[in-house]
Amino acid sequence: MTAWIWQTFCAPFEEFLFLRHSLAAVLALALGCGPVGTFLVLRRMSLMGDALSHAVLPGVAAGFLISGFSLAAMTIGGFLAGLTVVVVCGLLSRFTPLREDASMAALYLISLALGVLLITMRGNSMDLMHVLFGSILAVDGPSLVLVASVTTATLLTLAVIYRPLVTECFDPGFLRAVSGTGTTAHILFMALVALNLVSGFRALGTLMAVGLLVLPATAARFWARQVWSQALTATLLALLSGYVGLLVSFYWNMPSGPTIILTAGCCHVLSLIMGPRQGMLTQYLCRAKTA
Amino acid sequence: MMRPNDITIRDLSLGYGLRIVVQGMSCRIAAGSLTAVVGPNGAGKSTLLRAVAGLLRPRKGAIDTGGMAARQIAYLPQQADIDRTFPIRVQDMVALGLWPETGVFGGIGRGRWRKVHEALDRVGMLSFAARDIGAISVGQFQRVQFARLLLQDASVILLDEPFTALDAATTADLLRMVESWHDEGRTVLAVIHDLEQVRATFPLCLSFMGQAPVLGPTRVLLAHCPLCDRSAADDEEDGGRAA
Ligand SMILES: Nc1ncnc2c1ncn2[C@@H]1O[C@H](COP(=O)(O)OP(=O)(O)OP(=O)(O)O)[C@@H](O)[C@H]1O
Ligand SMILES: [Mg+2]
Repeated sequence: MTAWIWQTFCAPFEEFLFLRHSLAAVLALALGCGPVGTFLVLRRMSLMGDALSHAVLPGVAAGFLISGFSLAAMTIGGFLAGLTVVVVCGLLSRFTPLREDASMAALYLISLALGVLLITMRGNSMDLMHVLFGSILAVDGPSLVLVASVTTATLLTLAVIYRPLVTECFDPGFLRAVSGTGTTAHILFMALVALNLVSGFRALGTLMAVGLLVLPATAARFWARQVWSQALTATLLALLSGYVGLLVSFYWNMPSGPTIILTAGCCHVLSLIMGPRQGMLTQYLCRAKTA
Repeated sequence: MMRPNDITIRDLSLGYGLRIVVQGMSCRIAAGSLTAVVGPNGAGKSTLLRAVAGLLRPRKGAIDTGGMAARQIAYLPQQADIDRTFPIRVQDMVALGLWPETGVFGGIGRGRWRKVHEALDRVGMLSFAARDIGAISVGQFQRVQFARLLLQDASVILLDEPFTALDAATTADLLRMVESWHDEGRTVLAVIHDLEQVRATFPLCLSFMGQAPVLGPTRVLLAHCPLCDRSAADDEEDGGRAA
């Protein structure tokens, strides 16, 4: 029995170096995505995260055009593109009647079209698939270092801006009155979102990376009550999805990005149904009891 | 608390876009005074408070607070843009009132929690301390916001229609708190529609009822004007319906 468990759940990682790399990358990614995603969802910006993940594409594509599958070029390109979109959206929402999400919707459509065009100009459709949906074979030493650094930076930054960020989320007017840190916290946070999206693109792909941000965070709401406990739950769910998804994608030879995100999706649906805090089953039982 | 300074308003014009709302207003709000701001809907009362709070830049003229820091001025907006679905407990929200003390990083130890619970006790919300802010009523939430104001320990307190939607008992409680702020020497400026309340509690009155805003003693400005009383009350009702 123990041998079977070891054989099924651990042996593949012992045997293949690339799988160990991917696992380390995905777990590190999950550590950062849990808390960032929680704030993204609490600020009602989950769809903005999605839009941002599209907006990153032309930067990654430009990096790809300039230097092929070079991690550094694609990462820097993606991050710059994401940051540009964040800043432009912030400015547009301040100086035009458009709300931030409307500007974002406009910008990401433009970006996505541009990115796909750029990639097809030089690469083939297989390259496009890798960039969009990731591949576990693509995680090498340097990308592992990248993911680990991004996660470290994310957790440190969040620890520093935690109080302004929480306050900004639910009472921006009060924050403006007592402290001038609101705008800084907002911009830093959006930069963190962009960073995490970009660092996830090797393992998950640009289109899929946002799933690890949003799905565990929305699921966490059904288990935990406060901000910090939601972030913790989201992290645990993201870690679990990463591990299980990677294993499944290895055994059935499927692309890792969608598999991991689908696993996170299963967690989400299960939480929706069975979560103790206003899950469907709990609500039904409560109603049955009070009726 | 730091002692407040006089607030001097000089030739002030306020507006949004092309619309001018307040024009050429001048007055001096003395340190430690208790002033009611009265006037019909749309007169510019909230606009003025927003400007004094530093959230709206004057078109012309200036509001001179004598060098008071922004955090010495506390402001309770008419419609706070607080997201009440956010998962935060009542006591955590009130604890944010300690921000001037704690800053971004300062911890909240046992002494500070005691302050938080004392403030909650004063507004009668101690038993709700561990509830989520989304799980209390509008009036209870208003009390919670007052508890946070208490902790902010500001020299100048701006209240925009603090008692709408409150029952008589709650209003009386909170009015007593406003009076105690006055006794402690804080400057209080409150938008109030109930003129009886104004006559009973507020010695000074900033009236937006005439052509230009005027500041003066309440018993003079609201002395004998059954007409303005009625029109103000009617406006209030109409406004409430239309909104
Ligand atoms: N954000 C805004 N943009 C444009 N015009 C505004 C804005 N806010 C208020 N106004 C206009 O400014 C004028 C004054 O508004 P204000 O909110 O100061 O009125 P008020 O005296 O507080 O009224 P109420 O008793 O209804 O609260 C109104 O005519 C209103 O139409
Ligand atoms: Mg108003």
